Amino acid sequence: MTWLVAEVTEIVEVTASARAITLRVPGFRGALAGQHVDLRLTADDGYQAVRSYSLADTALDDVVELAVDRVDDGEVSPYLVDVLEVGDQMEVRGPLGGFFVWRPENVEPVQLIAGGSGIVPLAAMVRARRRAASTAPFRLTYSVRSVADAFFAEELSASAGVDTTWVYTREPPPGHARPAGRLAPADLASTFGPSQDPAVFVCGPTGFVEAAAALLLDAGHDAARIRTERFGGA
Amino acid sequence: MALDGNALAGPLAGIYAFDVTTARARCAHCGVVARLARALVFASAMGIVARCRACEEVLLTVVERPDGTSVSARGLAWLRP
Repeated sequence: MTWLVAEVTEIVEVTASARAITLRVPGFRGALAGQHVDLRLTADDGYQAVRSYSLADTALDDVVELAVDRVDDGEVSPYLVDVLEVGDQMEVRGPLGGFFVWRPENVEPVQLIAGGSGIVPLAAMVRARRRAASTAPFRLTYSVRSVADAFFAEELSASAGVDTTWVYTREPPPGHARPAGRLAPADLASTFGPSQDPAVFVCGPTGFVEAAAALLLDAGHDAARIRTERFGGA
Repeated sequence: MALDGNALAGPLAGIYAFDVTTARARCAHCGVVARLARALVFASAMGIVARCRACEEVLLTVVERPDGTSVSARGLAWLRP
């Protein structure tokens, strides 16, 4: 698969540490919700770094939409969040991956579970569902440190047919009934249970994904129905 | 960087004629069969190592260089799209 030339056309702040980045990429075609791209950045001295980023939306050909959170000790994300400007160029390979994918023709219940910026490919699924006018029942459990750390909060909460439950690990907003804390067995009460046989998509940092998958297995979900995507970071 | 088998899609896109991340792979060490997307993947500037999630032995390694991509798949008994 060839590397395509990409140019940054828009940058929008998502949180204090994350930006939505839109790239114009002639030749980029047919992405599915949940897929990712590889980005290749080349420094002035020729040094290259490649990283994978999930697509935040798959609406348009020739366009790549990302949402990138800064990993403080990372090599690439601080550049993308703090330095990158409209007009900058990089290279893109994709769309990639057929495993962590939701297709609009699927009518079965879908359970989405996101930790932090792991919401990005799941938001792409919510957007694809809306665009296709799908009636597949969606539920989303989104774990974030605080309200200020949430990506796309207003849009997700307002998505008709998508039942969103918030899990705040550090600082819940005033009046939020659930106390601060990591995803726990009780949080599965708002998710589709094993008897409803949902397709389950879990995305987040490795520790979050492992913990969420273990909770789901303990609750009786079939391992083959749980699809996971982990991203690095410390 | 600790990732998973989803990250193999790009590096292996020019090697196999199908999407390897959805392919079933049998670990040559312990015999477990799983989709490659479920593997443990460690990426560094040197290359990528994919390990069996059950026994953690090496399934395959990938090194991408300007003159081409090298894959060693000694840890796979077989791979089926």
